[in-house]
Amino acid sequence: MDSESHKSTEQKLVYMANQIAGFFHTQPKDEAIVGVAEHINHFWEPRMRSQLFAILDKDGNGLDDLVIAAAKHIRKPGSVPA
Amino acid sequence: MSLIHEIDYGTPASRSEKLVTLTIDGNEVTVPEGTSIMRAAMEAGIEVPKLCATDMVDAFGSCRLCLVEIEGRGGTPASCTTPAMPGLVVHTQTSRLKDIRKGVMELYISDHPLDCLTCAANGDCQLQDMAGAVGLRDVRYGYEGENHVFARAGTVANDQWLPKDESNPYFTYDPSKCIVCSLCVRACEEVQGTFALTIQGRGFDSRVAAGPHDSFVESECVSCGACVQACPTATLTEKSVIEIGQPEHSMVTTCAYCGVGCSFKAEMRGEELVRMVPWKDGKANRGHSCVKGRFAYGYATHKDRILNPMIREKISDPWREVSWDEAYKHVASEFRRIQYQYGRNSVGGITSSRCTNEETYLVQKLVRAGLGNNNVDTCARVCHSPTGYGLKQTFGTSAGTQDFDSVEHTDVVMIIGANPTDGHPVFASRLKKRLRKGAKLIIVDPRRIDLVRSPHIEAAYHLPLRPGTNVAVVTSLAHVIITEGLFDERFIRERCDWDEFQDWAAFVSSPEHSPEATQQISGVDPQMLRQAARLFATGGNGSIYYGLGVTEHSQGSTTVMAIANLAMATGNIGRQGVGVNPLRGQNNVQGSCDMGSFPHELPGYRHISDESTRDIFDKLWGVKLQDEPGLRIPNMLDAAVDGSFKGLYVQGEDILQSDPDTKHVAAGLAAMECVVVHDLFLNETANYAHVFLPGSTFLEKDGTFTNAERRINRVRKVMSPLNGYADWEVTQNLAKAMGLDWNYTHPSQIMDEVALTTPSFAGVSYELLEREGSVQWPCNEKAPLGTPIMHIDGFARGKGKFIRTEYVATDERTGPRFPLLLTTGRILSQYNVGAQTRRTDNVVWHEEDRLEIHPHDAEQRGLRDGDWVKVASRSGETTLRALITDRVSPGVVYTTFHHPSTQANVITTDFSDWATNCPEYKVTAVQVAVSNGPSDWQVKYDEQARQSRRIAATLDAAE
Repeated sequence: MDSESHKSTEQKLVYMANQIAGFFHTQPKDEAIVGVAEHINHFWEPRMRSQLFAILDKDGNGLDDLVIAAAKHIRKPGSVPA
Repeated sequence: MSLIHEIDYGTPASRSEKLVTLTIDGNEVTVPEGTSIMRAAMEAGIEVPKLCATDMVDAFGSCRLCLVEIEGRGGTPASCTTPAMPGLVVHTQTSRLKDIRKGVMELYISDHPLDCLTCAANGDCQLQDMAGAVGLRDVRYGYEGENHVFARAGTVANDQWLPKDESNPYFTYDPSKCIVCSLCVRACEEVQGTFALTIQGRGFDSRVAAGPHDSFVESECVSCGACVQACPTATLTEKSVIEIGQPEHSMVTTCAYCGVGCSFKAEMRGEELVRMVPWKDGKANRGHSCVKGRFAYGYATHKDRILNPMIREKISDPWREVSWDEAYKHVASEFRRIQYQYGRNSVGGITSSRCTNEETYLVQKLVRAGLGNNNVDTCARVCHSPTGYGLKQTFGTSAGTQDFDSVEHTDVVMIIGANPTDGHPVFASRLKKRLRKGAKLIIVDPRRIDLVRSPHIEAAYHLPLRPGTNVAVVTSLAHVIITEGLFDERFIRERCDWDEFQDWAAFVSSPEHSPEATQQISGVDPQMLRQAARLFATGGNGSIYYGLGVTEHSQGSTTVMAIANLAMATGNIGRQGVGVNPLRGQNNVQGSCDMGSFPHELPGYRHISDESTRDIFDKLWGVKLQDEPGLRIPNMLDAAVDGSFKGLYVQGEDILQSDPDTKHVAAGLAAMECVVVHDLFLNETANYAHVFLPGSTFLEKDGTFTNAERRINRVRKVMSPLNGYADWEVTQNLAKAMGLDWNYTHPSQIMDEVALTTPSFAGVSYELLEREGSVQWPCNEKAPLGTPIMHIDGFARGKGKFIRTEYVATDERTGPRFPLLLTTGRILSQYNVGAQTRRTDNVVWHEEDRLEIHPHDAEQRGLRDGDWVKVASRSGETTLRALITDRVSPGVVYTTFHHPSTQANVITTDFSDWATNCPEYKVTAVQVAVSNGPSDWQVKYDEQARQSRRIAATLDAAE
């Protein structure tokens, strides 16, 4: 697609994760990390979380520090049953 | 089956708790103080003759027919305007009364046509009934005198005669039959609140008029039908009744348009619908209606409806009609093939917020139990998903807190991002009634909606904020309430978590949340904001009503939480007249959410990761449910573009037209291998479909809808489905083709399954609905008749939770290339993507979408009213005609999205709410410029749509 608003899924996931972090940045500190992780666990389908982990492995991935800090609380999807 | 006749008590009920006893025709009657003698008599079963009274409007006392005699009092007072008093002895039939009434009727009839046999109201005419009731046998005056009946007197034209006004598409006004009882004028004022009608002239010259020189269709009339319903003669008559005749039976059912969920009597002759008449016992609408529910049902029998299943291999092929069996088998084998090839999670479904609870429940069951994943979503994704999330976090329940009756007890109403007179008209009428009686109104909206100022209504404050700055404004309202000490400490200490409150109070109190600081962001005058906050906190019962102007933003969920904070801080939760009230868009969007349509939760808002909940369904359905959330609609489309999502079953939803960033939706759909559209019409999404399953209308099936007040209303089948099957039957047959052993024979059995598995619905059954008319969930052992008002003694989650709400600007920003902000909305006569209303005569009021632009912005661009303009955003561009108006502020433009050719969603972006992915429809940075006509994209799209709707001619030769 040609126009500039059409991002790749990867760009979108980074954007979405950072948006979630954006909200939790303003919440009390101790709740923020768990808040981000729980939100992603609750609402992101496994393949989205897998993609997020792949993004986390990259340098300069553009993810908010809070997302990176929350990563250890985000559930790693198991192998998806066929 | 017979025609439902509702009792008309003549005057409205009195709310007084004090009772008075009087004697009417020898019967002792006890009624609340303030009840009219007419009503008291009717309650005793005595019908006093009347022509100008109905219990929908206040007594007027003009027809002189309802006279009575009272012992010890002189004269013959009108029973409609005389209140019942203790000890009165009333007689409704005496020789004196008989003489007077007969004399009055004689005068009426002397100026009325005697064409009863050919009159449309024959059999449903109060004038005819009253002539019978008083025993009128003769008119001594003759019919030759001055009159309104005949066009000519001999060869001379009769100046008093006026021709029929047939300009409204749905009803006619025949002045020759008018008795000037004023019922229509009063219904327009008191019930609808539009004040379009008036009585022109005096004495014998008096007549009903829709404005000074206007025909009905050109007037302020909003075609709600209240006047037609009130008219005691054939003066105002539905065109359908003129054409078909009087109905012979009727059934109570629920409107399939907006989330108000009005109850109607579908009045029938055989299987032909004669008219829809609002039902007085309907608890959402209390006997009122709007133009859509009352009149715009013609789409149900429109020639565009597709009645046979169709399939095609490629979306560039023409459609081929097939048998239902072939269609089911094809879908089943395609979905199985795709799952085998691409994995179990490569397919999914979308439930419909227009279909019944039972149908929605089945679609999510098909996805979870049949396809074995949780890839199910619904159109609430693009409207009120932030409501579900925000209210769950703060209160513990994903729904509004009140019933609509609550508005009658409110003192201060705050409306945020909603336009009730257009989007939720019947609620708006009920609200306006309360406002005319003195409640105050605060409006937070970028646009000057009708409620800001219209006849007999004026908002105390209108805060015209910049689109996208709700959080800043609502947090500032809280700032004022906290810093000025206007909060309700007792309520907060009792009901909410005090520590969380203190944290939040400190947060909102900081100077950067003061109205003076947020003015920079929102453009709202700080003084006015302060006054609005004070009024809301101190003006008595404060209620908040909000719409998609709150939810459809990057910070939609945050605004919902900010609204909940505001209600808790002012103690406005848990009783009549207060509360947080989302005005939900579609007839059953509340229900579709309740029924487990979201990919992360099972029916009753229970998260899919909860093992004990899954266990209930595992056992009942004999499957092992996945414990992971599925894909939401935008995620499905992303996955489709990425190649991991290949098949979709869409019931009653047009994602290509209604979802944002049309090009991305189209790319997602085009990447799929099997798209199944189950709908009434070949909608826009069907352009990308491989299988089309014909759907049925709300008139053709049994079921329930749940409206914005959590009210479960019955939908009743009044005609056979033209396509042969109700939608629940189609889903069931599809499930069977996939090997599922489903054997529902009636939707009541599906509701029984919902009750069995879902605690908040445990008490719901068709038998209960039959008995009670409707119930509001939660309905269970604790609340056997449902719950009109929630959180009465405490919040569903325990303690109410205050949450910090920091304003985060959307990344959709104006700049040199796109300097204006586009926001979107609806208009009264059209509904959403218009699939239904565009196929009715409602198009006379809105034949195209227009771009509202401020005179200042128009002048800068050299635009004149009505010019074709190009609207361009980062996503795309479209063209439509301009409407120059100061309803929008400079810098803001506005349009509706009812017509597919407008393609407003070509310009909307893929920005969405941080918590729910609800798209940011309400803010798009755009540029507007003159244009010559449709854009290349529009031309290309039209051609593609035309190609894609081709249906191959069926071979009629024998094989």
